[in-house]
Amino acid sequence: MSRHRNVRSMNFEDEYYDDDDYSHSYDDSHCVSPGTVAQFTFNRDQNINLTSYMGEEEGIPEEEEEDISDNLQGSKDYSGPILSDLDEGKLNSCLEEARNILGESVPESVMREVILRHQFNLEASLDELLKMQDAPKPQRQPRQNRRSGSQAAASQLTGPSVILKTPPKSRSAGNDRDKSGNDSGIGNDIGNVIDSAEALSKVTVTEKNHVVINYEWTQNDLSADLKNSKAPSSEESSLNQPDLPSSDSKYLNVTSTRVTSDNPESVETYKSVMDDSPMDFILDNAQKVDSSSTSKRDRFIPPLPKSSSRSKYEKVDVKEEYAKRQGGKDKINLVVIGHVDAGKSTLMGHLLYQLGNVNKRLMHKYEQESKKLGKGSFAFAWVLDETEEERARGVTMDIAQTQFETPGKIVTLLDAPGHRDFIPNMITGTAQADVGILVVNATKGEFETGFESGGQTREHALLARSLGVSQLIIAVNKMDTVEWSKFRYDEIVKKMSTFMKQAGYKEENISCIPCSGLTGDNLAHSSKEPLFSSWYKGNTLVEQIDKFIPVSRPVDKPFRLYIGDIFKGMGGGISVTGKIASGNVKQGDRVLVMPAMELAIVKGITINEEAVSCAFAGDHVTVVITGVDITNLNIGSILCSTDVPMKAATRIRARVVLFNLELPMTKGYTVVFHYQSLTEPAIVKRLVSQLNKSSGEVIKKRPKCLTKNTSAVVEIEFERPICLELFKDNKDLGRFMLRNSGQTIAAGLIEEVLKTKAGDEVESAAS
Amino acid sequence: MKLVSRDIDKNDSGSVSLIPEEAEDMWHAYNLITIGDTLRSTTIRKVQNESATGSVSVNKVRTTLTIQVEAIDFDTQGCVLRVKGRNIEENQYVKMGAYHTLDLELNRKFTLGKHKWDSIALDRIEMCCDPTQHADLAAVVMQEGLAHVCLITPNMTLVRAKIETNIPRKRKGMCQQHDKGLEKFYDMIIQAILRHVKFEVVKCVLVASPGFVKDQFYEYMFAQAVKLDYKVLLENKSKFVLVHSSSGFKHSLKEVLQDPSIASKLADTKATGEVKVLEEFFQWLQNDPDRAFYGIKPIEKAADQLAVETLLVSDELFRSSDFKQRRRYVNLVDKVRESGGDVKIFSSLHVSGEQLGQLSGVAAILRFPMPCEDEDSDED
Repeated sequence: MSRHRNVRSMNFEDEYYDDDDYSHSYDDSHCVSPGTVAQFTFNRDQNINLTSYMGEEEGIPEEEEEDISDNLQGSKDYSGPILSDLDEGKLNSCLEEARNILGESVPESVMREVILRHQFNLEASLDELLKMQDAPKPQRQPRQNRRSGSQAAASQLTGPSVILKTPPKSRSAGNDRDKSGNDSGIGNDIGNVIDSAEALSKVTVTEKNHVVINYEWTQNDLSADLKNSKAPSSEESSLNQPDLPSSDSKYLNVTSTRVTSDNPESVETYKSVMDDSPMDFILDNAQKVDSSSTSKRDRFIPPLPKSSSRSKYEKVDVKEEYAKRQGGKDKINLVVIGHVDAGKSTLMGHLLYQLGNVNKRLMHKYEQESKKLGKGSFAFAWVLDETEEERARGVTMDIAQTQFETPGKIVTLLDAPGHRDFIPNMITGTAQADVGILVVNATKGEFETGFESGGQTREHALLARSLGVSQLIIAVNKMDTVEWSKFRYDEIVKKMSTFMKQAGYKEENISCIPCSGLTGDNLAHSSKEPLFSSWYKGNTLVEQIDKFIPVSRPVDKPFRLYIGDIFKGMGGGISVTGKIASGNVKQGDRVLVMPAMELAIVKGITINEEAVSCAFAGDHVTVVITGVDITNLNIGSILCSTDVPMKAATRIRARVVLFNLELPMTKGYTVVFHYQSLTEPAIVKRLVSQLNKSSGEVIKKRPKCLTKNTSAVVEIEFERPICLELFKDNKDLGRFMLRNSGQTIAAGLIEEVLKTKAGDEVESAAS
Repeated sequence: MKLVSRDIDKNDSGSVSLIPEEAEDMWHAYNLITIGDTLRSTTIRKVQNESATGSVSVNKVRTTLTIQVEAIDFDTQGCVLRVKGRNIEENQYVKMGAYHTLDLELNRKFTLGKHKWDSIALDRIEMCCDPTQHADLAAVVMQEGLAHVCLITPNMTLVRAKIETNIPRKRKGMCQQHDKGLEKFYDMIIQAILRHVKFEVVKCVLVASPGFVKDQFYEYMFAQAVKLDYKVLLENKSKFVLVHSSSGFKHSLKEVLQDPSIASKLADTKATGEVKVLEEFFQWLQNDPDRAFYGIKPIEKAADQLAVETLLVSDELFRSSDFKQRRRYVNLVDKVRESGGDVKIFSSLHVSGEQLGQLSGVAAILRFPMPCEDEDSDED
């Protein structure tokens, strides 16, 4: 019998996974080391014609197109020199080691080449490879600078001039040095950092290769030095012997000699590799070199390098870290809302394209494919609408999330669906946003339908307001369809601004931008269209986005993260995504999953595909947690700190503002309760009192029913416990929306929890 | 339900013999039987025999017992009715006053005796024996990640399966997980449909969802049906109707039943009728709150002035174990009927009935506006 059962469960598993693609199959192959996995993935990519793969990485101005294809050609045809079996073996082991440390950031062909050049000397090749990645950075200094800030890189370099020259690599290289010869997990970490740093600074293959050549001439002498410099530190760390003065000084000598070399950036990189040494460690000052040598020695005293770096990780002062990160650009979460077919996705798709976040080749592919479907004009929307269904129907169905940058901000973009059936999704997205773009369609008749009572322009604007989005850009889209008419634009602006004032937006927080998502006018660059530029001299959309006032984040409040998505990521653990509503989270933290009441451990945090060690309120993160069963996680569950856990409520009292109701609200009214990412059915159990809308005074106790446009206090009951935060504790988390029959009927503020999970009544004596 | 005999005298006391034929009849029986009634039915009872030598043997005997009802228990999902009470007719196996629990079974006659058969109970007997009132419906209400497979009979809405899964959201370059999750979700719904929907009985299967989930599901289901050779589905393809609903929660069934496009298909089933009346009530409440009342007290007042045009009552109220309470509602119903008003008795197992139940269980649309004082203290 038991044998029978085995067979059955096996079958189930087979069925479960058999048609899974590559990315899934890692899940079950736990036994394979990450290094092997990394190698394996890479090989797969390598074996395929690289075009698609490369295409995605670059995101590059067009002029480099030719170079790229040349390079691609090169890498495709690459077939290294013929080696003996022994050498082949050596090469492979070196490759694997290197990959453990570098991850996939360096093409295999390059690695091979470098390793061969160094005659299978791992250390030397690694140094060269790492340096190669550093190299292109100087070309993009301003960006990286901010990057490194935002990454909260461990660099504690405070002198601005040096920061400028410290690419993120410094940190990873530093880590590498500290932990050389440690486990591959950390190696992968570094790889990730490198990877992301690279992706962000848009280092292209071209550039890289270019750099290889650039470096060629210094390489031979430098790498030898580097090898020397590398060796002692690794030796030290592995042997746990604090002083090896001779080698140390040798290293420093190397540094100082290299100061004279033509490559100041790399020197600085290395300086920061030496890490905690203060910034006044100026290049050609011998004395300073000495002092730093002592500081360096001090740093090596803690024995196990790995654990020391770990603990250092955790001890990082959160506030300091946050302040440091804030030193760079402001982070802002932007939601794009508007009536269906107003052109939200197209507008943002085109904007991303103009900002260089979508590469040309991919765009071309979208264009071709969308034409094939007879929807040529949807090509830009495809950047954000990625599921088959969305593309086939030409309708955004779920929130799409990406990130882009303006000169002063890092913007997390949430593209909301406009169709009325997907308003629940839109609410989820808007709840995570700080600011918004309301897209309206300038086309004759279209604006009006969107704006009338059944349209989503109104509903979205109201929803956004009730969900705490206080700054809004009104993008008057599709100006090309009305011949860029100023008259039309003014008309729409007039109507919208009256409405927005009614909806409760402050005038200074509203701005209007005419634009066209399809033609791309006035998005990132001002328009060249004469009809338009003749009368419009204002900001472009991107400039206007840049003008958003940054919002303050409750970083020091207890940690809360509303789960918006759950999936099985690569490797072990469960990945959940969401916006950190308040507080912060670090790798290794223990968190509580509510309302399941389970403890979980944070294994990893990624922000926009970059691994980070900690994240703060306002960040959209993917958190990998372990120790919980996936069945205990639901969308709308919450991760919260163990010190200040959340309460799970089954009955609450709330103050609500009713919108346009078709049917009056009575007790027993069934509603759908939208709270952050949560969607739950609920029942209005009791109408406590009707309030004066402006003054908040009680007009009537126990009203029989509530009609439209009234304000009231009601009690709401849920079928199962959900986690809530009171409005008085947290303004953002204390808001919710009520919907019924596809219409938003009310917005509310949570005043009090009346019953908690256990069913015991919370004494309302407090109130 | 079959009515076998009816023996009710002038004083409205007497007994009725009925044979339940389908699960829904159990629901009717549940509504008919109240505490204090006598119930006679065949049952199986364990009987202990002690022989002359003192050895004890236990055996099961099928016997007919008459009990006086003390407790009633109804399982909505399985449609099983259990009635507990004391024996009032002694027979060779069971003594007077011994407790016994009768499990009412399908196709077995039972006889129900009451001291007072009121109009509500008599109506119900009439209704449940009317074979024309049968229109079985199945409905699948869904949204991404959540689905309810329901059976809708004239008097009951039974949630046969609630399917809730996590579907990973679309993320940049990671749409496969989303699609996989969705397919798994659809497969689960198909399984639930195959298991719970009896196509011989069901006239129509409503597939309702917001957005395109229903279309996607419909396509997927029949693609799968062809692939995996689900003959039942293919043969009954014409029974599937796609309807819009705003969410996948159970209460959106109300919207589904309101949909004008299916109203014709459902003709005038009780479920849709109830939804319509309730809707009307809310309309009045919105437009002229003085003509729409809820709560027993104000409605009684209105009924005294012959003001009630339509009375909406949940059948839950008539199951009250408190005889006085029941009396009160029955009187109200009778009064409204006398004055020419329309009385709609809602099944508390329907979505609309559930909502009415939340509204104190009784509501009324008035002929003319009446000022309403609301010093009534209704709890909950």
